[in-house]
Amino acid sequence: MYADYGVPLALVIIGLLFMAAMMGLQKLLAPTNPFRRKLMPYECGEPPTGSAWINFNVRFYLIALVFVIFEVEVAFIYPVATVYLDWIRRGQRWFALSELLIFLFILFVGLVYVWVKRDLEWIKRIPDQDSVN
Amino acid sequence: MGPLITFYALALLAIVSAAITAFSRNIVHSAFALFGALAGVAGIYVLLGADFLFIIQIFIYIGGILVVTIFAVMLTQGIADVNVSNRAVGVLPALVTAGVAGGVMFYAIIHSSWYHARPGSATPTTYWIGDAFLGPYVLPFEVASLVLLAALIGAIVISRQEVRE
Repeated sequence: MYADYGVPLALVIIGLLFMAAMMGLQKLLAPTNPFRRKLMPYECGEPPTGSAWINFNVRFYLIALVFVIFEVEVAFIYPVATVYLDWIRRGQRWFALSELLIFLFILFVGLVYVWVKRDLEWIKRIPDQDSVN
Repeated sequence: MGPLITFYALALLAIVSAAITAFSRNIVHSAFALFGALAGVAGIYVLLGADFLFIIQIFIYIGGILVVTIFAVMLTQGIADVNVSNRAVGVLPALVTAGVAGGVMFYAIIHSSWYHARPGSATPTTYWIGDAFLGPYVLPFEVASLVLLAALIGAIVISRQEVRE
């Protein structure tokens, strides 16, 4: 089985080497003549203001939390999906289906909860939402 | 020979990244160094023949938990103050605790009689995990859904308060 992982591993190593070679080559070959305007990040022609390290909106965090929970749900569903066809062939179609549906239903309750409580809305009306304290 | 070199390379990646995570003064660098630690552990799962755990490690830990961690770091007040953001505090108690715990673990490693298994055939594991989820482990499978539901609602309720404040 290791041989199956050899190709992706080789791709990763070649990719890293290729990237390092390109970066190293341009360090060696390119003329360096930096000045302030050249080093400025291109922001649609506008001069950028402030630091790029800003505080993100907290909404991202709530969405990411919900995302992680449902990602774990997928991780549980996936192995069951691989054997599902064999369980149908063994004539245990309704058992497998109902187990999956119970599993999905319980987490669907969670989805309904965050949906109804409006935690999934991108812009939520809360007082002074731009300050993160 | 190949797997041995790969193992040491992956272990080095994981340990160096974990050290950067722990010792970096800049909390953003710590969060990004966590990627190397998690990826190294994922690679070691491959060498153990745990292909499902490998993909889950990448899928959940790198794709999910790491993103949440980086979001949390990005939400931190004053991340630009690199000198104070990740200062080491309580060095002496930490050294004592880590020394004692490490000593106990090292003692256990040296003095245990390890069971040496032959290298397995390393067949795909996902099928048998799925079979177990519908067979003997059907109740834990359903309970896991409840645990996830509790985690979802708990996390949302706690962080929603943070958002409101």
